[in-house]
Amino acid sequence: MTAEFPTTTQHAGEIEPGHSLWQDAWYRLRKNKMAVIGAIFIALLTLASFLAPLIAPNSYEKIDLALAASPPSHAHWLGTDSLGRDLLSRILYGGRISLSVGLAATLVSVIIGVLYGAISGYLGGRVDVVLMRIVDIIYSLPFVIFVILITVVFGRNIILLFMAIGAVSWLDMARIVRGQVMSLKKQEFIEAARSLGLRKRRIILRHMIPNVMGTVVIYSTLIVPSVMLLEAFLSFLGLGVQAPMSSWGTLINDGAKSVEEYPWLLIFPSLFFSTTLFSLNFLGDGLRDALDVRSSKD
Amino acid sequence: MLRFIFKRVLEAIPVLLIVATLTFLLLKIMPGGPFDTEKVTTPEIKKQIESYYGLDKPVWKQYVDYMDRLIFHGDLGPSYKYFGWSVNELLAGSLPISLELGCYGLAFALVFGLIAGIIASLRKNTAGDYVPMSIATLGICIPSFVTGPLLILLFALKLRWFNTSGWYFPRDRVLPAITLGLYYMAYISRLTRGGMLEILNQDFIRTARAKGASEWRVIWKHSLRGGLLSVVSFLGPAISGIITGSLVVETIFQIPGAARFFVMAAFNLDGPMLMGTTLVFAVLIIVMNLLVDIAQVWLNPRLRFEE
Repeated sequence: MTAEFPTTTQHAGEIEPGHSLWQDAWYRLRKNKMAVIGAIFIALLTLASFLAPLIAPNSYEKIDLALAASPPSHAHWLGTDSLGRDLLSRILYGGRISLSVGLAATLVSVIIGVLYGAISGYLGGRVDVVLMRIVDIIYSLPFVIFVILITVVFGRNIILLFMAIGAVSWLDMARIVRGQVMSLKKQEFIEAARSLGLRKRRIILRHMIPNVMGTVVIYSTLIVPSVMLLEAFLSFLGLGVQAPMSSWGTLINDGAKSVEEYPWLLIFPSLFFSTTLFSLNFLGDGLRDALDVRSSKD
Repeated sequence: MLRFIFKRVLEAIPVLLIVATLTFLLLKIMPGGPFDTEKVTTPEIKKQIESYYGLDKPVWKQYVDYMDRLIFHGDLGPSYKYFGWSVNELLAGSLPISLELGCYGLAFALVFGLIAGIIASLRKNTAGDYVPMSIATLGICIPSFVTGPLLILLFALKLRWFNTSGWYFPRDRVLPAITLGLYYMAYISRLTRGGMLEILNQDFIRTARAKGASEWRVIWKHSLRGGLLSVVSFLGPAISGIITGSLVVETIFQIPGAARFFVMAAFNLDGPMLMGTTLVFAVLIIVMNLLVDIAQVWLNPRLRFEE
């Protein structure tokens, strides 16, 4: 691997064009085969899910009892469920829900986490102590239980679902951003901004947050799978997405109920779900290793 | 050490009060109540039920009453769904089952995770490392609600070694414990491998080996204490994760534990039951975290000076 890596010592005497951080990172990411495979899989899956209305072989809600629970065949590649609905179509539409909940909830958690962490890190002192103590306390709570309570109390609304999931999964992001901001705070350009008399609000929003965005993006890719897991978990318990909509969690739940008679109803959704989580984790780890050399594991 | 424990116990009290208050407020907003399940309710009957449960009083009064009964009598109130049963009675029957399941799951995760991690660290970059670590990566990515039904399909339906569900015989414990512990086993094995590798590269290990200490002694006496620090600090999140995981596992295997009661209460809108189980889970997590912290300080004396 090192043989191909363009280093400055390789061509002594020649003027070596420099490599930006992003070029280096891109190079390292491409070298990571699992991350690349993961990225390709995610890209294809996202495309297929969002184009589901165009490419899905059948309607996801069309009930055809004559075809109920037929195993995989030429007409229905992954078989049909107990109401005769095409499983492949349902998985594609379910993927749309799972992926959107994953992205939306991640967005919510990133917004809360970045703002919280930046404020805590930049203001420091007593505010920081109090804000971080709150994070510690929330950490020690059974917060999945709270997500369930919230979905019970406010009804099973999908927008609320990802708000609730996002609202409990910002803790790690807040800690990471806080650490970054604390080290940025000592640098000259912040000092300069302060001596120009900029307000704290402006320094945080305009100077701090853009500079931690790289780290934020990396860790967001690791939030996506955990959030999708939480959504599937709730849907599996029957507390998430409601019929006739379906996410992968509900499909897995349906499959688990009839695993003895129709095992394919469990196996295919599980396969899609696990492979997606797998890919997202590999991609996230790869991105982190590529961009954040210091924290990379051996 | 005693001061540290005392301080942590004191800190836990406001946290529990916050949990209790938040849960209480959430459940006051919750639609529905004990009378919703009855088909025919005249206003008089509804009123009678409400006054029986104290729901005709103002919310602040209900809160004070609830907290008073909770703190001074440990009473979690009556269940809305199971008439004539108190939440305490329901939990007394179901909580031991959940605790038993949790212990099996954790024991499974610790025993196999540690063994796999130690072996992998000693056989670094050989098949003895790659095979368990690949399985561990797999275990981390596949959630319990997928492994559970798959294990049932394979071991209960195809091989017929175990029952598909229930909690009657000792062997009924096997599949739920594996389902619950698999993720943590995978995670612990990775942490163990990482921690051990870090320690095994250090000079004092080389010295121990040079002085002729047996491999067994090097691992057992010299490496484990330092190598397992990260595993011990993971136990805190692991325990609260196992409590969450038991929601799914008890549902899949139809185990009559407290987590299953919580899920059913969420469907039945059984407020007091939800509140009671949430509180019990919170207490469990806080107590376990305290124990983990104490264990950490005990294992790593450097932490004692950080306060």
